[in-house]
Amino acid sequence: MQTEQWLYIGVFLVLAPLLPAAAILIPRLIAPRKPNKIKQDTYECGMETVGETWIQFRVQYYIFALVFLIFDVELVFLYPWAVAFDVLPMFAVLEGVLFVAILIAGLVYAWRKGALEWR
Amino acid sequence: MTPVQILFILVAAVTLGAALMVVNARNLVHAALWLIVSFGGVAVFYAMLNAGFLAVAQVVIYIGAIAILMIFAIMMTRNVAGDSSPRFNSSQIIGLVLALALFAGLVWMTLSWSGATTTPMPLDSRADPISQLGSALVSPDGYVLAFELASILLLGALVGALMIAWDRK
Repeated sequence: MQTEQWLYIGVFLVLAPLLPAAAILIPRLIAPRKPNKIKQDTYECGMETVGETWIQFRVQYYIFALVFLIFDVELVFLYPWAVAFDVLPMFAVLEGVLFVAILIAGLVYAWRKGALEWR
Repeated sequence: MTPVQILFILVAAVTLGAALMVVNARNLVHAALWLIVSFGGVAVFYAMLNAGFLAVAQVVIYIGAIAILMIFAIMMTRNVAGDSSPRFNSSQIIGLVLALALFAGLVWMTLSWSGATTTPMPLDSRADPISQLGSALVSPDGYVLAFELASILLLGALVGALMIAWDRK
């Protein structure tokens, strides 16, 4: 049973890159090609790019990454809890809720500190 | 060769190749992206060892969090992203020798360990190990104290990270 489920994921891993690859390759085969200078220009959302593309990003992104990291680790703990959810007694379910509640205190702290506001 | 062995060799080749590209890529962002491929290969190894929870944790923690954090750290650092400084320096021979010595030591340790040659007990195929882990994590005679302490540890990490990274009025 286990092996079949992993094979299922493996099939997806092989098939998933094929879709974007086909979306790129098929137009390359059937689309007419008449390149000119304007068509070949680099653009960004329809606008011409200004300055360097390898730029330094804002510190704000890093705060979001740090908060995400914490809740990502939380997810690892909650995943087996969620799998066992239907066999757990009420008390054990509430322990998982307490686990989330403790971390929500951290989210509230980040919120009150203004770290989640874009400025 | 069995299909599992062929799969193992393929995944091992991809993982090692990606790991080589990490140290060989000229662009630091590309190195970080190759590292994600390498992490993914390790996740496949966990899945092949029937360690489903570790495979999920590898994807969630290493690919989902560590790699993202590294890419963010590279993007935040001035001028590192386009850096193409020399990839080899004078201590490359010493590094190679030390790495080979460490690898030989690990192989020797693994081979001399008695568990390396004994066949492990087959897992109970009916039981779901992740469900069992979940029950053990929150059962009062299991690891519930450690489970809740982990939450407090994460809370401390979050508050501490914000204190350091967001220290401006």
